[in-house]
Amino acid sequence: MRSTLKNLDELLHYPSAVIGLVVVLLLVAVSIYTVIAIPYQTAINLWRGGEETWYRNPKNAAPAWTNFFRTKKLPVTLDFNTATQPGLKTVKPSTLGESFSINIPFDFNYDAFPNELTVFFTSQYASKLPFVALAWKTPDGRTIRLQNFSITNSQNYRITQDAALQVRLNGVPVTQGLFAVPGSNPPQVLKGRYVLQILGVTFDKGDNIDAEFVSYGDLYGLAGTDYLRRDLMVALLWGTPVALAFGLLAAVGTTFTQMFIAAVSTWFGGIVDTLIQRITEVNLVLPFLPILIMIGTFYSRSIWVILTSVIVLSIFGAGIKTFRAVFMQTKEAPYIEAARAYGAGNMRVIVRYLIPRIIPLLIPQFVVLIPSFVFLEASLAVLGLGDPTLPTWGKIIDDAYTNGALFQGWYYWVLEPSALLMITGLAFSMLGFAFDRIFNPRLRGQ
Amino acid sequence: MHEKEKAVKPADSTLSRILKYSGVRLVSLAITVVIGLYLTILIANMGGYVDQIRKAGIELDASTRVASDPTMRNLSAAVKKQRINAIIVLEEHYYGLDQPFLVRSFTYLSDAITLNLGRALQMTSNSGSTQVRLILLERLPPTLLLFATADLILFFLALFAALALSRQYGSFIDKALIGLTPLSSAPGWFYGIFLILIFASIFKLLPFGGMTDSPPPAGRFLFILSLLKHLALPVLAITLSSIFLDIFTWRTFFLIYSSEDYVDMAKAKGLPANEIESRYILRPTLPTIITSFALLVIGVWTGAPILETIFNWPGLGRVLYQAVSEFDTPVIIGSTVIFSYLLAVTVFLLDFFYALVDPRVKIGGEKNT
Repeated sequence: MRSTLKNLDELLHYPSAVIGLVVVLLLVAVSIYTVIAIPYQTAINLWRGGEETWYRNPKNAAPAWTNFFRTKKLPVTLDFNTATQPGLKTVKPSTLGESFSINIPFDFNYDAFPNELTVFFTSQYASKLPFVALAWKTPDGRTIRLQNFSITNSQNYRITQDAALQVRLNGVPVTQGLFAVPGSNPPQVLKGRYVLQILGVTFDKGDNIDAEFVSYGDLYGLAGTDYLRRDLMVALLWGTPVALAFGLLAAVGTTFTQMFIAAVSTWFGGIVDTLIQRITEVNLVLPFLPILIMIGTFYSRSIWVILTSVIVLSIFGAGIKTFRAVFMQTKEAPYIEAARAYGAGNMRVIVRYLIPRIIPLLIPQFVVLIPSFVFLEASLAVLGLGDPTLPTWGKIIDDAYTNGALFQGWYYWVLEPSALLMITGLAFSMLGFAFDRIFNPRLRGQ
Repeated sequence: MHEKEKAVKPADSTLSRILKYSGVRLVSLAITVVIGLYLTILIANMGGYVDQIRKAGIELDASTRVASDPTMRNLSAAVKKQRINAIIVLEEHYYGLDQPFLVRSFTYLSDAITLNLGRALQMTSNSGSTQVRLILLERLPPTLLLFATADLILFFLALFAALALSRQYGSFIDKALIGLTPLSSAPGWFYGIFLILIFASIFKLLPFGGMTDSPPPAGRFLFILSLLKHLALPVLAITLSSIFLDIFTWRTFFLIYSSEDYVDMAKAKGLPANEIESRYILRPTLPTIITSFALLVIGVWTGAPILETIFNWPGLGRVLYQAVSEFDTPVIIGSTVIFSYLLAVTVFLLDFFYALVDPRVKIGGEKNT
């Protein structure tokens, strides 16, 4: 115990190890936060939810903070809902039912036009459909009539796709017609306060109208969105515990089995040793990734099946040779002979005397192995063999790649998960290399 | 066995020793490959997929035979169907499909060894054949070109860098390069994405992927130029992902060997530095380096499917990816078999080089493995 503390103390002398350790701890903290804040089932529902979950988000929007670095500010997404935000809607009784007046004022001070404008209506009515009339007020005092129509219980009005409106706006795209400085060429955004005015009437007492207005921008939130309007933050957050758990379990599974087999191989020697050596050679020519691909395609893509296969395929991996070399030296040590002399059995010698001796070698190797498994999970996801339900970093990269993110210039979509993968990989290997120097002082300084 | 060699033929020539060593390795590798292929077949057939491939082939054969047989042309559809079924039953018996799996598995094994890989479900080779063997062999040259280039560059670059660093041990450049070692934790495709982003997407200097421009340029010179342009990014990606760890490991080997007594002795004798380096340091380190390089090359092979997919390189790895997305089982199993062979050939080649540089093999001293 004391030597462990001493080692930890020594660890603090390596700046790279300290950085690695801090990052690893941060990742663990993020994982714990994620699992508590977005429980597993919620995450899966969110990630697999379609338009109805994510209709408020723009498609392929970069993170909002990128505006900070832009000279030409891109619009963010604005969302107003009369059901949840009070003060937007006033209701007065009319002769038959109620008369609604909804005013949604908003400031628009960006240099580009919004992507889409949509109003989502919900209403409760007794006998006749409520009727609404929409109008658009620009900062320079113009009022543009948009459309009048009756609404059902749930109805969307996509302002930007209204062909009749476009005709009335002299054929220019609707966003330009509504937001441009009149007569400007190329069209420029008129900055200032806009108002969307909705007048509604119902025909029975107690009827209700609610409207949600969304102006879809080019930017969204901390992480941006993908082609299905999903908030990438969900997958980025959930990717952390998945990556850490996969890397850790696979690394634990492979190192410990390999170490145990190497110990058995060296201790018993003879035919056992030869056999294990030959199996290791067979394992070397087994194509690791193609077999995993085969398992993923034919049987199951569940992360647990893949994890188990990874461990089983690595039991006789190359690590055995490294461990074996150390065990060969240790086997001849006098204290082993002493143990034999007092009558210790084979298993006792292996578990109590041989294996503890290899821990210094084991810990660095184990830590360095973690990132390779984290990347393996991502590799499988990029090949389209990721777990079908879990959102992971690799799956974001896969989505981005298959949807041409690099061709379209949606770099954030690829860079965010890649950066997280890289940070995780670097943190663990920096820590591992530092461990290596501390536990194996013979190599220190070399 | 080696002791016997030593005792019986002490005056063997170097060449025959190398050949004998390689021969023994070849035989043991062949056995290894056979076991490896057998395991692959076992895994593949746990869901009955190999059986399915065979049955599909037999059914196709039977129906084409009946359809093209002039004596059966005038028979009714029902009779034809009956004939087809009769042929299928016969053929299935002939190929042993009615036998227990243990027996069948050995038939499949011999098929896999002889690359008799069946017919693809949907995919075709460029010449239009559905033979899995043809589909795969057609994709072999691009894969070999890419990975051989990358491995060679990797080997020599890492070797010279490691040697140079071991000479300047402790200098700033030494420390800086060693500090980059953790970068090797990311696989090649990962760097590939960044390289595509930088060189293809932002600066538009190099192509996004593929092997040549399309259509391929006419002249030989232009063709090679276009090939090199397309080769640059994938090779760079492979190199970036492995080189730093390689340099670190090999530099450590050099440092260990350069602290040997005989190196000090050579220095004391006043031998020139480069002679010491090539004869007393590089020479004894090479076997260790080749062993470590073998593991590296195997690791690089493993990344092939995904690297080729990212770079749209028309090789074996990309075929495997396409087969996965089209669920073309015969091609998936066939690719796995071919990769098995490729790994074995790689191991054998590196073993051969090992034999060339390891004095223990050359002089026939005892081996401890």
